[in-house]
Amino acid sequence: MDTYETLQQSYKEILFSFLQKKNEQSLYDAQQFSKKVLEEKVSPEEIVSIHLEVIQELYPDIPPETQESFEFLLEVMIGYGMAYREHQILRNRQKELENEIDVAANMQHTLLPSEIPDVEELDIGVITVPASKMSGDYYHVIKDANGLIGVAIADIIGKGIPAALCMSMIKYAMDSMPNSILQPGELLESLNRTIEQNIASHMFVTMMYGSYDPKSHIFYYGGAGHEPGFYYSEQQDRFEELYAKGLALGISKEAKYREFSREMSEGDFVVLLSDGVTECRTEERFIEREEITALIRKYKHLSTQKIVDNVYRDLERWQEFQLRDDFTLIIVRRKFKENK
Amino acid sequence: MSNHSCIEIANEWGIVSARQAGRELSKEIGFGSVDQARITTAISELARNIYLYTEIGKIDLEEISDNHKNGKVRGIKVVASDKGPGIENLRDVMVDGFTTSGGLGAGLPGVKRLMDEFDIESIPGEGTTITTIKWLR
Ligand SMILES: Nc1ncnc2c1ncn2[C@@H]1O[C@H](COP(=O)(O)OP(=O)(O)OP(=O)(O)O)[C@@H](O)[C@H]1O
Ligand SMILES: [Mg+2]
Repeated sequence: MDTYETLQQSYKEILFSFLQKKNEQSLYDAQQFSKKVLEEKVSPEEIVSIHLEVIQELYPDIPPETQESFEFLLEVMIGYGMAYREHQILRNRQKELENEIDVAANMQHTLLPSEIPDVEELDIGVITVPASKMSGDYYHVIKDANGLIGVAIADIIGKGIPAALCMSMIKYAMDSMPNSILQPGELLESLNRTIEQNIASHMFVTMMYGSYDPKSHIFYYGGAGHEPGFYYSEQQDRFEELYAKGLALGISKEAKYREFSREMSEGDFVVLLSDGVTECRTEERFIEREEITALIRKYKHLSTQKIVDNVYRDLERWQEFQLRDDFTLIIVRRKFKENK
Repeated sequence: MSNHSCIEIANEWGIVSARQAGRELSKEIGFGSVDQARITTAISELARNIYLYTEIGKIDLEEISDNHKNGKVRGIKVVASDKGPGIENLRDVMVDGFTTSGGLGAGLPGVKRLMDEFDIESIPGEGTTITTIKWLR
């Protein structure tokens, strides 16, 4: 017996029992039956046809008008059948697309540093979470031959796949940068030229780049239109804005980038963030920058990785687990001597 | 060929005649009521395209048979042809969701699914021929 006949048989039994007893049990069976036929991908017009055949079998002398009315209904249901079949095909196609995006998202993940280099003088914590599968945030932490530590955070304007494609270019541009230019001003200028040549005119990238010299404890930094970060001074127990004026990358070939510097005392730390952090919002309002520093302060006794994880967790909960933009938060702290 | 008919499609009446001829032939061949309705719908869609997008065209209906491993199988062959403007972007047209009318699952991809075999030949400026077959199981 093929599936069609089996289905017809069980439809007949359920319908017959319903017509005899008119009870809820048969209606429950009907519900289960409809799940079954959906699994078997039976389309609506076939159900009408089954119904008609069963009725003819059970009640051979129903008026011909009633019988013919089911033929008419069957005709009307053909359109639903076509829509149903298209729906199945589109559903499969959506699954394929999602799989493709998952693969791409995994590939994108490999563009980010697999681990933070171990640096004696610094404690570095990083968290990055994409709003959807693909991210437009990029970060990078390296230690060069001279012992300088470079930290970059970048936000590609736009989200999703276009941003992700652009990110791979930035990654390769940074990797092919000669080791000798870890100085922020020079690095941003060089990167800007590469990006300007390689991306569409409507796209651009904001970046904050810092490099720390463990010998002098000086943190040099420069910015390209990026969200300001924070500088925390342990001695004064105070947060300051870490602002570096500069044109976003990819806008003008000639852009120049100023370099700023801060001498870091023990316990001082630098906070770099993407606008997904500052543009967090609750139901009714945006979260203020002071609230972010207050959160960081709350966890400041912890390791920097624990700080960024906790801040993310709190902000995620405040906005009811709906990230509107890619979220990246980096903290770089000069360690205290005693726990070196 | 004994079971062969040709319906000219120049207006909406032609669509109805083509449907009618298709339903009768498929019934004669032995298709069940669901398949009769599907074949008729496919013919209807093809005829409607001729009516909408060309001046004139025709639908040919024919009973066919083929030797299968389980013996002879019968089927219906529907050929819709016209000397209209042709279809430029065949690939797009055969993708679900393309139809201008936004018809859910209808249009040419829908016809393809209603039938067993589907072939389209179209030369821009010269015309379109769509051949489609449904086999009786
Ligand atoms: N015989 C034809 N000659 C010229 N162009 C055609 C012909 N048949 C279809 N087309 C073109 O192909 C397109 C797609 O046709 P299809 O039947 O799939 O969808 P539709 O007619 O736009 O919408 P629907 O059929 O869902 O109401 C049409 O919009 C029309 O431009
Ligand atoms: Mg059409």
